[in-house]
Amino acid sequence: MHRNHRAATLTATLLAGALCAAGCSSSSGGKKSEDDGAAASAGKATTPRMTVAMVTHASPGDTFWDLVRKGAQAAAAKDNIKLVYSSDPSAGNQANLVQNAIDQKVDGIALTAAKPDALKDVIDKAKSAGIPVVGFNSGVSDWNKLGLLEYFGQDENIAGQAFGARLNELGAKHALCVIQEQGQVALEARCAGLRKGFSGKTDTLYVNGTDMPSVKATITAKLRQDSSIDQVVTLGAPIALTAVQSLSDAGSKAKIATFDLNKELVKAVQSRTVEFAVDQQPYLQGYLAVDSLWLYKNNGNFSGGGTAPVLTGPAFITKENVDQVAKFAANGTR
Amino acid sequence: MSMTQHAGPAVTSPPAPGPKETDGRTSERPLALRLLARPEVGVFLGAAAVYVFFLIAAPPVRDGASMANILYGSSTIGIMALPVALLMIGGEFDLSAGVAVITSALTASMLSYQLTANVWVGVIAALLVSLGIGFLNGWLVVKTGLPSFLVTLGSFLILQGVNLAVTKLVTGNVATDDISDMSGFGQAKKVFASSFDVGGVQVKITIVWWLVFAAVATWVLLRTRYGNWIFAVGGNKDSARAVGVPVAFTKISLYMLVGFGAWFVGMHQLFSFNTVQSGEGVGQELIYISAAVIGGCLLTGGAGSAIGPVFGAFMFGMVQQGIVYAGWNPDWFKSFLGVMLLGAVLINLWVQRTATRR
Repeated sequence: MHRNHRAATLTATLLAGALCAAGCSSSSGGKKSEDDGAAASAGKATTPRMTVAMVTHASPGDTFWDLVRKGAQAAAAKDNIKLVYSSDPSAGNQANLVQNAIDQKVDGIALTAAKPDALKDVIDKAKSAGIPVVGFNSGVSDWNKLGLLEYFGQDENIAGQAFGARLNELGAKHALCVIQEQGQVALEARCAGLRKGFSGKTDTLYVNGTDMPSVKATITAKLRQDSSIDQVVTLGAPIALTAVQSLSDAGSKAKIATFDLNKELVKAVQSRTVEFAVDQQPYLQGYLAVDSLWLYKNNGNFSGGGTAPVLTGPAFITKENVDQVAKFAANGTR
Repeated sequence: MSMTQHAGPAVTSPPAPGPKETDGRTSERPLALRLLARPEVGVFLGAAAVYVFFLIAAPPVRDGASMANILYGSSTIGIMALPVALLMIGGEFDLSAGVAVITSALTASMLSYQLTANVWVGVIAALLVSLGIGFLNGWLVVKTGLPSFLVTLGSFLILQGVNLAVTKLVTGNVATDDISDMSGFGQAKKVFASSFDVGGVQVKITIVWWLVFAAVATWVLLRTRYGNWIFAVGGNKDSARAVGVPVAFTKISLYMLVGFGAWFVGMHQLFSFNTVQSGEGVGQELIYISAAVIGGCLLTGGAGSAIGPVFGAFMFGMVQQGIVYAGWNPDWFKSFLGVMLLGAVLINLWVQRTATRR
């Protein structure tokens, strides 16, 4: 009874604290300061309503994939398309989701081919069911073999090489390529491309991308282990922002550059804490993939003529052009 | 006399019945062996072995700043491993602990941002939410009698979905907005994510909190009635109830303690990194449970300590960062981690067997 009484007192105190605190509002930042900038809008098509399935290998809750989906939704809204979005990081499950779309008799499928072999059969099934399939984001070296109609994305290896070339210009000598998901093909391809294009030395480091404190500690550890590293290369925007803290923890003078972008990273490029970012324009990938299915159905067009991929990156975001990107990033679309 | 009896809670070593004076066995066993029989000593030796190993294999580890970094990596695991360990001693475990950390961070961040309120409003609300999740977990386990594996697997999945869906609903994105320019952020950062200088080495405050929490947990476990209750409900729920231990209260409060830990680590992540991605945290629950198990907590409950998981978490952090300090081929990273941990657990086991053997 004594204990219950004390627990009740504690709860009451906490509640009172919460209520009191609710009175104190923030004098800066917050929702109030958020610009209510409207997202891009391009009118609306009057073509008959069609259904498009987008099936990706995204793990949920990642800022990058959120941009892809937003682009796809924008195109769907414009084209009078019902968009069915689904994703699963495991290749087998992704194939099942594609089968699901076929069963729904959708008018088109846009998919990412991060693990092309697993999707081969189901893509064939879609084609024999008369459903056009386009690829985007992953699978640039296999989309033709898979018989996809068109491909939108960045060639990760080429992007890595361009990244390396840029680092050569900036005079870096020893780069550290930080991979946040061990064994992920696209990420490994970026580091491989970097190694090819960069004339200095490149080391690889694996970190646990779902746990930011350990990402921070591991990058710090690597920088302390090898003080000759003068360039940190991260493969995702949140990892780059964490690496900024690792640098100061390790007392390292290294610079940071990254693949991919989000709105916090734009601020970091503006403030020069991150040198540059290579943007593969995920919003554009999602947008074009959906829009292309509309064009194919309504006008028989296919981008790239069915033979060449349509590259959405690498677009370099540096201090020179970051301000143009910033307002779109603030809307959450770049 | 009563002291020695108390120091070794009849947990792992078989209790010696009968009058103490005439029991030849206890007096014959040297102090060193009796000490070794305690679960935390085994893991201490394991941790020491790993530490010495990396001192030799990885020169940068010898530096103070590297040690601070290793301890930081260990501390965010360790703060959660403590309540997870207490819960395991109490006979239950929690699979939702990893995503619960993110739930807490998301709550605090989004609430303060959306209301444009002082961040402390969010911090307190997140505490209530975290304790509430703990309460629900505990209440469901106690009331339904279902295995905690099932109940918390359910809450793990629910929270994973809620984290994503609510974040998306509220912010329109899958990550929270930056709150670093809001009132109270600086204060909160001081509490949850600051660092201070010790002889030229930057030490993270989470390390201090970790050790403070460990000390409190040890005291509670060994010196309070509540501590006895934890061992009792984990050892045998029914006989505990029979002798008047409030089983439901103990179990529910232990789950709420895990909620508290999740809140604390969540706040650290929020105030350390300013924004939170809603997909993070998955898989962390296993790391917390590993740290507790390496630290000598039995998966079956009723046995363990609070100091053991401290070394367990340290060992995890040491191996994780030590491999990097040693500059080994990163392709093997996960395998190294697995081998080192297994090795450490085996040392732990061997020490205990040797110590308890006559």
